[in-house]
Amino acid sequence: MTGWALLTVGVAAVLSVPFVAAPYYALLMLPFMAYAVVLLGLNLLFGYTGLVSFGHALFVGLGAYTGAVLTTHTSVRSMEVILVAAALVGAAVAAPVGLLCVRHVKIYFGMLTLAFGMVFYTFLLKFYRLTGGDEGMRILRPSLLGQSLEAMPKTDYLVVPYYYYAFAVLAVLTIAMWRIVHSPFGLCLRAVRDNPAKAEALGLGVTRYRWYSFVISAVYAAVGGALLGPPIGNVDPTLAYWTHSGNIVFMTLLGGFAHFFGPVLGAFVFIFLQDSVMSVVPYWRLVFGAILAILVIFAPGGLMGLLARARPRAALRR
Amino acid sequence: MLLEAHGLSAFYGNFRALDGVSLGVEDGECVSIVGPNGAGKSTLINVLTGALRPASGTVAFKGRDIRGVGPVALARLGIARSFQLVHVFPDLTVLETLQAAVISRLGRGARLFASLARDREVRARALEIAELFRLADKAAMAARHLAQGDKKLLDVASAFALQPEIILLDEPTSGVSTADKTAIMETLVTASRRIGLRAIIQVEHDMDIVFAYSDRIIALHQGKVLADATPAQFKADRAVVDTVIGRALAEPC
Repeated sequence: MTGWALLTVGVAAVLSVPFVAAPYYALLMLPFMAYAVVLLGLNLLFGYTGLVSFGHALFVGLGAYTGAVLTTHTSVRSMEVILVAAALVGAAVAAPVGLLCVRHVKIYFGMLTLAFGMVFYTFLLKFYRLTGGDEGMRILRPSLLGQSLEAMPKTDYLVVPYYYYAFAVLAVLTIAMWRIVHSPFGLCLRAVRDNPAKAEALGLGVTRYRWYSFVISAVYAAVGGALLGPPIGNVDPTLAYWTHSGNIVFMTLLGGFAHFFGPVLGAFVFIFLQDSVMSVVPYWRLVFGAILAILVIFAPGGLMGLLARARPRAALRR
Repeated sequence: MLLEAHGLSAFYGNFRALDGVSLGVEDGECVSIVGPNGAGKSTLINVLTGALRPASGTVAFKGRDIRGVGPVALARLGIARSFQLVHVFPDLTVLETLQAAVISRLGRGARLFASLARDREVRARALEIAELFRLADKAAMAARHLAQGDKKLLDVASAFALQPEIILLDEPTSGVSTADKTAIMETLVTASRRIGLRAIIQVEHDMDIVFAYSDRIIALHQGKVLADATPAQFKADRAVVDTVIGRALAEPC
């Protein structure tokens, strides 16, 4: 039960941040929560299905741009509508892209996802009228649960209502993902990951399961991207660039893909580490590159792997 | 006739791996396929399981053409197989492996938000199979930690968990000590009765096992059926015994 105790402490800490910490830290928590959603999805594909996508920023970008396009080109301001629209757009793009990608595995799957990510990045750059090109586009402040909140100062809006709104979305999606990985479907994904030929012999259609997993993970990434939009205020094509995909994979490895909460922890450490390293040296990528190398060599299980090694009893609840 | 094949031919490049093979498997039969290495046994299994499409000839299961249908469709139709080289899911436990098979059979793989832990039926069926194969005490063990013999058993057990009508076993006792072979075969026979299996087709090198556990023996040689006989008839035919056993004993297995 120590796992549940830790989770409760973590949730309580996250909920208390707007009251006990400086607004600066509450603002840093917003991208963390958005990335946590993205990574829950990515890890269904990576940790549970065994497919590494190097193009997931495509879906993060799709989600963020869905919010920006809706608020600037239409009169939609409702965050609920934005989230649902992002999920639908994510699924609509992931369905055909996934069909093409999941027929390939290993490096070919990774390269194909990377290629589609680059196509989308170029689309964002070149379709200036819709996307604002390299300058990107503003995302106007969304209303939350029908409350406009336009009159609030921006920081107040983000630190309290938006903060708890994002937390609620993360909580609901975490529970949904927990159920997915502990469902019969989740077991089939792990079977497909462990031994595709054996899974087929047992009548499990490998391509079909990989495709479902891809689409679900894309929906999570798009919803996470939509959550990321309002705190950054301006979405631009770098959101869909391949280095952003790399960051997402890095967060997963940092936290540990073998554990359900590993990637969430990875997102948290990444965001706060990046913040503190950037304030000391401008070359944060240098530091992160070194960390990644050390991780892969000495702790392939990531931070959760290290924790599990320290307390073997609580290891690998999956 | 449960499973029927006529005039099968298959090639690897110019090499003729199967040359006009015909066979039939009746309800209730255990048929062993024997023959020296390179005789075409594995090719035949691959054709019979729809993994390989024959260049010519027909394969029918209960009158239905199953040429090249692929493993997933075959499992749905009611033919399961185990592999010559052990196939397990390394990170899944014994129970999870069997649950995956039961989920597949019951068509519950699309249940996205249902709780696996609370699915009593899937759990009970999986544990039933685990007990039949004496794997129940290792139910919580990850497959990669099992001993080689238990991995082999788990591979076969998961095929049984599909409750197929026919099962094709590609060397179910290979890599297992002679003493354990009989135990595995006894387990298989008991399990077959319990799940109501209609026929077993096995590729086997150990002639003691073959003679003890077959209703009929099909000997392949250079891609052709050399003999199709009961164990008693088989033993009486010197020419066949020399070809099959003479070489079978010489090969490492």
